[in-house]
Formats: sequence, structure tokens, C-alpha cells
Amino acid sequence: MIPWLIGLAVAGALWFAIYGHLTEFADAVIAALGLARGTAIGEAVHFFFYDTPKVLLLLSGIVFLMGIIQTFFSPERTRALLSGKRVGVGNVLAASLGIVTPFCSCSAVPLFIGFLSAGVPLGVTFSFLISAPMVNEVALVLLFGLFGWKVAALYLGLGLAVAIVAGLVIGKLAMERYLEDWVQRILTGTAPEFAGERLTWVDRFRAGWRHVREIVGKVWPYIIAGIAIGAAIHGYVPEDFMASIMGRDAPWWSLPLAVLIGVPMYTNAAGIIPVVEALIGKGAALGTVLAFMMSVIALSLPEMIILRKVLKVPLIAAFAGVVACGILLVGYVFNLVLG
Amino acid sequence: MKDIKVLGTGCANCRNTIKLIEEVAAEKGVAITLSKVEDLPEIMKYGVMSTPGVVVDGKVVHAGGVPDRARIAGWL
Repeated sequence: MIPWLIGLAVAGALWFAIYGHLTEFADAVIAALGLARGTAIGEAVHFFFYDTPKVLLLLSGIVFLMGIIQTFFSPERTRALLSGKRVGVGNVLAASLGIVTPFCSCSAVPLFIGFLSAGVPLGVTFSFLISAPMVNEVALVLLFGLFGWKVAALYLGLGLAVAIVAGLVIGKLAMERYLEDWVQRILTGTAPEFAGERLTWVDRFRAGWRHVREIVGKVWPYIIAGIAIGAAIHGYVPEDFMASIMGRDAPWWSLPLAVLIGVPMYTNAAGIIPVVEALIGKGAALGTVLAFMMSVIALSLPEMIILRKVLKVPLIAAFAGVVACGILLVGYVFNLVLG
Repeated sequence: MKDIKVLGTGCANCRNTIKLIEEVAAEKGVAITLSKVEDLPEIMKYGVMSTPGVVVDGKVVHAGGVPDRARIAGWL
């Protein structure tokens, strides 16, 4: 315990020291390379060397904290919290728990069945399943780091809203019969309970560290690639280039098109957000771009293929349709309010 | 002889878990039979909700994420 606390104190101090000197670092890199701000290459390089360390620092810090928080919200615990909750309250709770419960799309199916077999209603289960991948700490950290807290908060609020409302709608449609037959058979029997493991604080710190290695280890190439593309757009694409395609002057169908293009794209928030930031800098409308981002993250083809093992086609179609409508609505509202 | 089953649908973490258990067992010289359960209905019978799960002699001891070495050594 003591070595962990000392290590964390040192790491924390170091973190804040570095975070406070990011601009100086990027300026120094520019100077060392003999470049000047204001030129295309200078702006691009500065963008890259300012944003990369910033995002990686923010990400490591938050992911560590989330790794610790998640040890308090095992899927088993979340299920216990949700079972027996009424529709409505249950949807709100499910979407919120989706943020803090560890989730990976490879566990989506066991989780789905686990929830249903504990008596969590189908619509509430979907609220969780929509919120968990879409409203995650990686997306929020990147939005916060690149756009500031307002956009991050809006994304959080609207992401939760989409998950809650989509879950309510799916619940209303009463599509339980579109679960695969073997799932329905399991649901009539009772599954044995696994109570979960006892954890000490050292276990939780370890879990946080493991989370950092797992998440940051996985996403850093995407972040660097994303920021590099973003940097190129930042330096070289002319101002207002995006305004006619994805901006305020774009025709109404640019938003549905952006959502549609997002579905087969499967990248994590880490890769897409730096590109998105650069696009917005060039005149793309925030709502269109956020909708695009949500559809890339929340509606992914691989996840639907996994879910096909437990859901029949009409239910998957309803899921995708309802979520897509929610995202579209978010995009239009955003463009209307901010435009 | 410990009977160990790893529950998982074949994701990277499941493969890492199996490799790690094999390594720890070999290090400690404990004889185990290690098997993979990839069939979803079969996995669900154990009541785990996050994979990989680990079952030792018919009892679920772990669910979700790759377990660390110390924990595996504890099961053996």
C-alpha cells in the first residue's frame, strides 16, 4: 500500500508539471526544427507536438482513475443494481452505469444474457448496451482535451439521452420474441450466480494500472495517426473547405450521409476525434461532426455481428434504426442551437 | 490434478489467459487439465457476464479481464 501511495504522489506531481508546460514544449520543437508559426508546415508540426503529449497525458490519468472506479462496478454489481428496476428509472440508471461499468464488445453477449436472465427488462438492457461503448472515458477525455469541457459535457448529456430514449423505445416495441431461441430457453431457467471477487485497495490500484496499459497500449497508435491526419488538415486544408460539405451551408442530407458513412467505419474514439477537431477548424458544423462520431462509435458492424448470435434480424434492425434516429436528432438539434 | 476451464469466445484476452495459466502451472510444476469453452450457451451456464472467465474444478473463480500471475498461482 505505502509504495503505491508514494509512487502515485510522485507520478501525480510529475503529471501536473509536464501538463503545465505543453505550449513551451511545442514551441521548443518548432524552434529546434527551424520552423515558424504561421507557415503551413509550422502550424501542422506545432499542432502535432502540442496535442499528442496533451492527449496522452490526459488519457493516462483519466484511464487510471476509471480503472479504479470500475473495480467498484463489476458487471455483476451493475446487474444487481438494475434488476427489478422499473422502466424509465431503470433506463436512466442503466445508461449512467454504462459509463462506469467495464465493457468490451467481446463481452457484449454474455453481459446481455446475464442482464436479461436477472430480470432486467429488454429496453433497460439496451440502454446499457448503447451507452457503454458510446459514452466512454476515452471519448470524453479526447473531447475535453481538444474541444474543452462544454463539448465534452454536451456529448455526455446527449449520449446518455440517446441511450435512455432508444432503450425506452425498444422496450415499448416489445420485441422479446426476437431473441434467439437458445437465449429464450436460458431465460426460463435460472443461471447460477457468480458473486465476484473481494478486492483490496492495492488490487484496485493494480487494476487501474492494468487499465492504463490495456487501453493506452491499444489506442496510442490510433491517437498518433489521428493527430497526424488532424495536423495535416490543420496546416494544409484551406479554411472553410468543409463549410460547403459538412458545414452550415451544406444541404440537409449531409447529416444522414455522415451518419451512414459512420456505421461501417470501425475505429475507436481515439482515432476519430483528432480528425474531427481539425474538420471543425475548417468550417464543418459541430452537430454533423458529433453525429458522425457517435455513429462510428455506437453503431459498429462488428458489434452487430456479435449481437446477431443472440438477436434475430428484426431486433437488430430496430436497435440500429432507433439509435441512428437518436443520433440524427442530436446532430440536427446541435446544428440548430449552435448554428 | 486440477481441472481448469477458460470461458471465452476467442478474444485476445481469452488466449492470453490460457497462455498465462499454462505458464504459471509449468513454473509451479502443478498438473492441470486446461480446456477452452467457446460455446456461448455453455458459457452462460456458468453465470459469468464478462469474459474471459476461469473455472477451477467446476467453480467460477474469476470473470472479466486477464487475471494476474499471483491470482493464478493462488488457484493452483
